[in-house]
Amino acid sequence: MMSQLVIRRIGIGIILLWVVSVLIFALTQVLPGDAAQIRLGQQATPETLAALRKELGLDIPWYMQYVVWMGNLLSGNLGISAAGGATIESLIGNRIGNTVFMTGIVALISIPLSVTLGLLAAMFPGQLLDRIITTGTLGLIAVPDFFVAIFLILLLAVSLGLVPAVSYLSGTEGFWKSVYVLALPIATLVIVVSAQMIRMTRAGILNVMGSPYIEMAILKGVPRKRIILRHALLNAIGPIVNVIALNLAYLVSGVVVIETIFAYPGLAKLMVDGVQTRDIPLVQACGMIFCCTYVILILVADIASILSNPRLRHPK
Amino acid sequence: MAQSSPIFECKDLKIEARPWDADPIPIVKGVSFDVKPGEVVALIGESGSGKTTISLASLGYTKPGLHFAGGKANLLGKDMITIDPEERRLRRGEHVAYLAQSAAATFNPALKIGEQVTESAVLHGEMTQAEANVRARELYEALELPDPDLIGGRYPHQVSGGQLQRLMAAMALVEKPSLLVLDEPTTALDVTTQIEVLKAFKKVIEEEGSAAIYVTHDLAVVAQIADHIVVLYSGEVMEQGPVDQIINRPTHAYTKRLMAAVRPTPAAGQGEGTTGEHRREVPALEVKHVTAGYGRAADGKPAVTVLRDVNVSVERGHVVGVIGESGCGKSTLARVMAGLLPAADGQVLLDGNELKPALDDRARDELQLVQFVFQMADTALNPRQTIGEIIGRPLTFYHNMTGRARRERVLEILNLVELPLEFEGRIPAELSGGQKQRVNLARGLAANPEVLLCDEVTSALDTIVGANVIKLLERLRRETGVSFVFISHDLSTVSSFADEIVVLYAGRVVEKGPVDQVLSPPFHPYTRLLIASVPEMRVGWLEDTMNTREAMAGISRGVTITKVGCPFFDRCPVAIEGTCEKIDPPARIDAHGHDHVIECHREIDELGAPGAQRSAAASARSAKAAKKSNGSAGAAKPAAARKAAAAKKPVAAKSAPAKLAAAKRAAPAKKPAAARKKPAAKATPDNLQQINGVGPKIESQLKAMGVTTFDQIAAWKKADMDSFSEQLKFKGRIQREDWVPQAKKLVKAKK
Amino acid sequence: MSDTTAAAGQSPNPDIYDELPDAPPKSRLRLSMVGKVSVVIVAFWVLLALIGPLIAPYGESHFIEDDVLGNPIDDPSFMLPDMGLHVYFGTDYIGRDVFSRIVWGARTTIGISFIATLLAYFVGITLGIAAAVAGKWTDAILSRLVDAILAFPNIMLGLIIIAAFGSSIPLLIFLAGLVYAASVFRIARALGQDIMVQDYVEAARARGEGLWWVISREVLPNAAMPLATDFGLRLVFVILFISSLSFLGLGVQPPISDWGSMVRENLQGLGNGIGGGALASITPALAIASLTIAINLIVDDISAQAGGSLAKKMN
Repeated sequence: MMSQLVIRRIGIGIILLWVVSVLIFALTQVLPGDAAQIRLGQQATPETLAALRKELGLDIPWYMQYVVWMGNLLSGNLGISAAGGATIESLIGNRIGNTVFMTGIVALISIPLSVTLGLLAAMFPGQLLDRIITTGTLGLIAVPDFFVAIFLILLLAVSLGLVPAVSYLSGTEGFWKSVYVLALPIATLVIVVSAQMIRMTRAGILNVMGSPYIEMAILKGVPRKRIILRHALLNAIGPIVNVIALNLAYLVSGVVVIETIFAYPGLAKLMVDGVQTRDIPLVQACGMIFCCTYVILILVADIASILSNPRLRHPK
Repeated sequence: MAQSSPIFECKDLKIEARPWDADPIPIVKGVSFDVKPGEVVALIGESGSGKTTISLASLGYTKPGLHFAGGKANLLGKDMITIDPEERRLRRGEHVAYLAQSAAATFNPALKIGEQVTESAVLHGEMTQAEANVRARELYEALELPDPDLIGGRYPHQVSGGQLQRLMAAMALVEKPSLLVLDEPTTALDVTTQIEVLKAFKKVIEEEGSAAIYVTHDLAVVAQIADHIVVLYSGEVMEQGPVDQIINRPTHAYTKRLMAAVRPTPAAGQGEGTTGEHRREVPALEVKHVTAGYGRAADGKPAVTVLRDVNVSVERGHVVGVIGESGCGKSTLARVMAGLLPAADGQVLLDGNELKPALDDRARDELQLVQFVFQMADTALNPRQTIGEIIGRPLTFYHNMTGRARRERVLEILNLVELPLEFEGRIPAELSGGQKQRVNLARGLAANPEVLLCDEVTSALDTIVGANVIKLLERLRRETGVSFVFISHDLSTVSSFADEIVVLYAGRVVEKGPVDQVLSPPFHPYTRLLIASVPEMRVGWLEDTMNTREAMAGISRGVTITKVGCPFFDRCPVAIEGTCEKIDPPARIDAHGHDHVIECHREIDELGAPGAQRSAAASARSAKAAKKSNGSAGAAKPAAARKAAAAKKPVAAKSAPAKLAAAKRAAPAKKPAAARKKPAAKATPDNLQQINGVGPKIESQLKAMGVTTFDQIAAWKKADMDSFSEQLKFKGRIQREDWVPQAKKLVKAKK
Repeated sequence: MSDTTAAAGQSPNPDIYDELPDAPPKSRLRLSMVGKVSVVIVAFWVLLALIGPLIAPYGESHFIEDDVLGNPIDDPSFMLPDMGLHVYFGTDYIGRDVFSRIVWGARTTIGISFIATLLAYFVGITLGIAAAVAGKWTDAILSRLVDAILAFPNIMLGLIIIAAFGSSIPLLIFLAGLVYAASVFRIARALGQDIMVQDYVEAARARGEGLWWVISREVLPNAAMPLATDFGLRLVFVILFISSLSFLGLGVQPPISDWGSMVRENLQGLGNGIGGGALASITPALAIASLTIAINLIVDDISAQAGGSLAKKMN
């Protein structure tokens, strides 16, 4: 029963990935009109148009174009940048590592931090610590990511001069040096992502704490620590894992703004630059990478909540 | 500890709610009572009386939002309110244990049952895990749970509801607490399951020698289990005393009202006695060979069949009670009648004309004639509409009434259901549960239907409120001539209100017929199980039942729907193996009553109650005859076992008349002044049942008020009816209207 | 309530053992102190958006070139506040008055977000309720479509569409409307489905009421309150979404002023500290934050009251 559900969910995930690829293709290549016409403008002669169309692979019907594009994508051939003529693999190659490095560190810091803070807040609802945490996170989730970033810059980089305001990596730094250079973007992302995660962890635990079986545990004389760590946490683990996966997915969005503000040479910055120069093949490739990551993380979240349900793990 | 000193003392306990934006609201207002060793103290009261809140005080606990505001809750001499929190934690589970209403919600779904049962004993250092496991196993056996070795390794969702309820008892008893707090532990269960659980609880309480606080609203359950009763109303003690005194000789007005609201146990002769005035050739509503269910399978049959080949007919002006355990398809039947669930096969006939199965295909005037009243008034009334809008909508929708005419009619209807006229502008949230249920009924009546389908309309209400709603229904059926299909799992309510009873089991009609005949032998085995399971409000009933019913196998089994044969096969004590589960049982007609049908493979004679049951039949009939002559309903008890028990225990014999007396005392206060005039002492009583519309029940009520002669009715009815005809323009449908002329004629005839 | 055959017309006799009443009539919404302050802040920004151009000392893209005496200024970029010139928050990186641009920007930012949210609500509620009421195929098709939209991170969908079509205000409104219509659809559908299985809707169906009555009188009035509360949250998300796009340079295009773009344009001033031009970037950021936090606090206040009713606590 459970494995059926998981397989079904994976199936839906695969369909979703396919839909995403169709949508990206349609939005960028089919709907805006003839790319060759746009690029050549008014002066285009029929001959030059036809030549460019052939070069860009636009001389076949759009669904064939999709098949060719998808085939290339799957074989790792991401195409050629419209702006510089370089292959997209080469552009993405060194950027993707940077983004994974930064988001990895953010995840490593923010997950334990937010689960701990969320648990602490839920253990003492209504008390000072909880009030500070809830008010603080409420404020943080309501402000734009760049708001947090510029205040950190102003405070840590400009006023105190502790860390650099621009995160430039030459590629020769060691691990700790890199972390130091990336301190501000990492801090910003940790704050932004954790705020949401703390709130949802707290809500997940409190939701469970309101249930009759917790009241029963209290009335049985079970110590508070055991109530939270065994009775409540076991039931909240599904929702919490779900929250973690969803917020890692949120990193995908957050990283776009943060890489831009700190001029960090990551994949997201590359994509924003691509959008500004309207480099369609580049945007397509980056879009696919980000969206696939997002869909996969959401899939993981769903599977986690299926796995955490005791009714499904131990059927009648 | 000295034997005499109480286990638990509640002294002037005060608890209040402290909303953040308003003044504190007192919930418990100075309650005192004691629980002595080995004693079971029942806290009874309706919802909102604070009974659960008080019981939790024995654990030093309040629900979120509530706070102790004074008084003491001494457990073994120590106040659980002011005690050190760590010591309080250790005392919980060890000295006092709590059993909640819903076991399904009380068990943690993520932990194994065994861990939850033994947890507190091990955490408190009382036992090692191994010792606790042994103790738990003992308890599983004592509570008659299946597979005592394995059940601890299961998860809560893997065992049944009745089993969970007993496992919760094991969880509470594992540390041998001095005090058990049981909070409505059987309320959510079916009657047949309730007995099992009650029996198990009573047995372990006796064996373990614990004292207990038993919280409930059900007086019949209290009579079985309690030694001492505390009657609560709105956070105050109304009356307290030994069980015998409270049940048989209540002194406080509120206790008396509570007793008066309890329905007598189902027995032949309680029905209203049909008048036949509205009877026509064709029934108002008829269901023929209906098969219905959910989902759709390939062959046109439903994927899940709920009703299988069901036949029911509702005569005009009659009340048809539909009874059965949950899961038997009672509500489904009503939904098929209303068209909410289209039948997969069979016909629904209204006044002899076939109705389309689906709602959308029925004409508006067909819909108007069959109205559905939902069980939960809380959810059946749109919270964003005023009462006036709710009641007025059917008037506009079916009768094109608008403006003043509509408003006047709404007020008339409010009057009819005994609600104040100013409710017109209120929203449902401002009404109490009983008032909402009246609005719910009023909406059905506003359509001016022929048939009103009432789905468990009193089940969610407190005893007194539910009884008042039934009284209203009785009045409405008399005055309006509407037919009712009254669905309930409560046999007592159905038998006192209905003309005919349909017994449903797992989607099959197993027995149907007039109330008196269904409630007297011969019985279908399932009907007998149902009747025997209804707790009687007398001490000792549970023991009697336990003894007589040991033979009745399979009581705790759930309802399973079968595709063929008799679905009751697996629980039936007289099942014929090889026949019952394979062949659909024949419909057998009871020779004594042409309308009484039993579907069973056994012959009618076999069902005619072998042994004790046969004599019960005779006693029930003679009781009924006796009742007609002397107007005492209390003597009518069909089962010989009960009669025997009554003879054994003088207490029990006293109980029924006392209860009736309470009912009598409660009734006259509400009658118009004219009725209260005591008759001349020497007037010879007339047989009031000669008046069309007066059944044995009404007669006994009238007699209780001192109305025994035709003269009195002739005088009383006039004033009453004049004001009625003035207020309600029901145009000749009021049955009582002709009582007065009838009575006058009879007076003349006598002279 | 009197219980037996009391003749009609008589007032029901008060009985002391009446059934205990349900929750007392709901008191009117009372905001906490924080909530009240938040309402003032939101009202302030809305008022500014409405009458802003009337009180702004300068035009949206007016370059400050002369000082109080009329002499040309050498470098008007990142000027310090100058009360004489009515330059209250200094100038931006090319010498435009920050205060005036904030005031003008209120109209752009709040206006675009509000219209986009309205669009999202109109589309989302219509389709969501339709899916809930109609069920079956309508529901299946609409839900899959929404799943597909929600499979994109919001900002990613924005980037892809802007890359293809270029940025313009109508496109931004459409984009935000589309993205958030998907989430409104989910909420409206869930609410609608909850309400559709309520007995009072079934009662209306059993009465034979048409679809329009069920939707307009039974479903919508009961979905209105939760949806209204959600509107506030959704508006916050839309403001953040539009500001983020503007901040990336892909939203509102110059010379139109908009808070998100202003933060970005003046980012270089941040390095000089408060005295050297950071104000030009901080002020619009603060404007956004004050507006979104205030809306969020109001919503929080309202939902705290709705959830914490006395009736629930007393059971």
